[in-house]
Amino acid sequence: MNHPTSDTIAIAGSSAFATGPRRAASAARRRHAAVLPGFGASAAITSLVVLSLIVFPLAVLILRAASLGPAGFLEAAWTPRSRAAYAVSLSASLLAAATSSLLGLLVAWVLARIEFPGRRLLDALVDVPLALPTAVAGLVYSALYVKKGWLGQWLVPLGIQGAYSYLGIVLVLVFVSLPFAIRVVQPVIESLDRDTEEAARILGASRMQTFLRVVLPAILPAVVTGFALSLARALGEYGSVVFISGNMPFKTEIAPVLIVARLEEFAYAEATTVAVLLLAMSIALLVVVNSLQQRLARNAQ
Amino acid sequence: MTKLPRRSFALLSAPLLVAFAGAASLAADAGPVALLNVSYDPTRELYREINDAFAKKYQAEHGRGVSVKQSHAASGSQARAVIDGLDADVVTLAVWPDVEAVAKSGLVRPDWQNRYDNQSVPYHSVVVFVVRKGNPKGIKDWPDLVKGDVSIITPNPKTSGNGKYSFLAAWGSVVTGGGSEEDAQAFVAELYKRTPVLDTGARAATATFSQKGLGDVHITFESEAHLEVDEAGGELEIVYPKKSIRVDPPIAVVDKNVDKKGTRHAAEAYLGFLYSPEGRAIIAKHHYRPWGENPPTPAAGEAWPAIETYTIDAVGGWPSATKKFFGEGGVFDSIYQPGR
Repeated sequence: MNHPTSDTIAIAGSSAFATGPRRAASAARRRHAAVLPGFGASAAITSLVVLSLIVFPLAVLILRAASLGPAGFLEAAWTPRSRAAYAVSLSASLLAAATSSLLGLLVAWVLARIEFPGRRLLDALVDVPLALPTAVAGLVYSALYVKKGWLGQWLVPLGIQGAYSYLGIVLVLVFVSLPFAIRVVQPVIESLDRDTEEAARILGASRMQTFLRVVLPAILPAVVTGFALSLARALGEYGSVVFISGNMPFKTEIAPVLIVARLEEFAYAEATTVAVLLLAMSIALLVVVNSLQQRLARNAQ
Repeated sequence: MTKLPRRSFALLSAPLLVAFAGAASLAADAGPVALLNVSYDPTRELYREINDAFAKKYQAEHGRGVSVKQSHAASGSQARAVIDGLDADVVTLAVWPDVEAVAKSGLVRPDWQNRYDNQSVPYHSVVVFVVRKGNPKGIKDWPDLVKGDVSIITPNPKTSGNGKYSFLAAWGSVVTGGGSEEDAQAFVAELYKRTPVLDTGARAATATFSQKGLGDVHITFESEAHLEVDEAGGELEIVYPKKSIRVDPPIAVVDKNVDKKGTRHAAEAYLGFLYSPEGRAIIAKHHYRPWGENPPTPAAGEAWPAIETYTIDAVGGWPSATKKFFGEGGVFDSIYQPGR
């Protein structure tokens, strides 16, 4: 089987939309790299880009944080308040990524398999959250879910606080991460061989069995990739969250708000310690998800 | 398309570079002086009008055009941008620590406070209340904020200059009235318990109060309050507490940058314009209170509402207040405990 699962995921999300054949082609290119012309130049450009865009900024970040020494680092980055903020950031991102993965699977299935009027419009709408400035999303969501808002006037009396609450954070994070979850799974479903499903049905499998035994193993690695990308996207989000979270310490304050607060005191090094710790936790989380994805991919093959 | 040999690029680009350099130096000699004013969030409207008036005046007096560009964002991040290399000719920031931070980096001479009148503060504002139409909760003064079920909107003092001033105004209302530090601590703790949202900036808090309808009272600058009330079309009104803190936004020429660019003359004239009769009239029109005797009023026949003010010195001065109240583990942090 040939789907985009054997590759490792890219944290930055640039490979989010690589489809199966394209990934396969890139793997082939790597094996016969020397044969292709321009390898030296492209390798130079690649390393320059990676160095200047990713490695150098990260190095500066870590150096700044390291300037405090281990004790100063812990004192700045590991306070009760910052621990609460990491917990909010990480748990809300996990919850949002899980929600996005489920919803994304459904939407991807509909887009890939069902022909209906307006399908192309829906397909185009999926990308809107990627293009919209996320601060706008935060403002619109909070305006919708406050007591006076269109949705809030019905939900708040029921005790559902969609604005200035933890739920609000998860809502906007689902909004910003959903396109990744959809776009990774969609091409895989499109490339599924329908004959296999029909064969399973003819051989007596129920619809549920067909889905669980035939379809799911094939798409699960892509779903997990979508989960990882959604998670990465959610962890890095700031603009929309500050407008809807209410920023209450110990409740709805995310780690980036603490960073901004420290910068206001001109405490650069202290601000970067929070960033470094959040980054380390995020990478650890992504490594776990990534290895899970690779195992699933191996099993699928 | 025929391919040019690689060297021809160099040959072609060399004269272009010379032409560019020539044009640039010509522009520096004859064209308008370009100034960059790096300011804080709510002064957009004010400086737009100041810039036009100043350009006309400078042209008339010195025969040379000036074009002033402005940059606005949260005051603290603006100070950081200038320190990190944003080419500002002048800074007009919200709070003293931000200009002082720029000075500490060596870009501004240490005596900046003595270079313009009133310690380089050309206008001030006061912290006031905005309430809903008819003032249903009967909020008249600071103690009323913690009565009944009053809910308060003010931005996070850790990230917002406006929020810092609100906090200090509340604290000062207690200590200048004979209350102890403990009384003040209890008052602000109660006040922030009634604050359901801590927006990161002044304009976001304004939107939370006026657009989304959260809270009974919004604590903010007088100038911002007027903008907010004018926008709301009769739904909001301003309440002046008996006394409040004086908001003093300082200004400074960024010495290193103007000397490098040769723009000192225009930059100094620009800040001086804020003290001129014409500049003061524009400042007053935007509901900032100009410094000096007989300040002009926002409109003919409209007097400045009387309000007793205290300054930052009443709460210990900036360097100590910043650390004591808003620093890590400071008074503001102590209000918030896990699980509350």
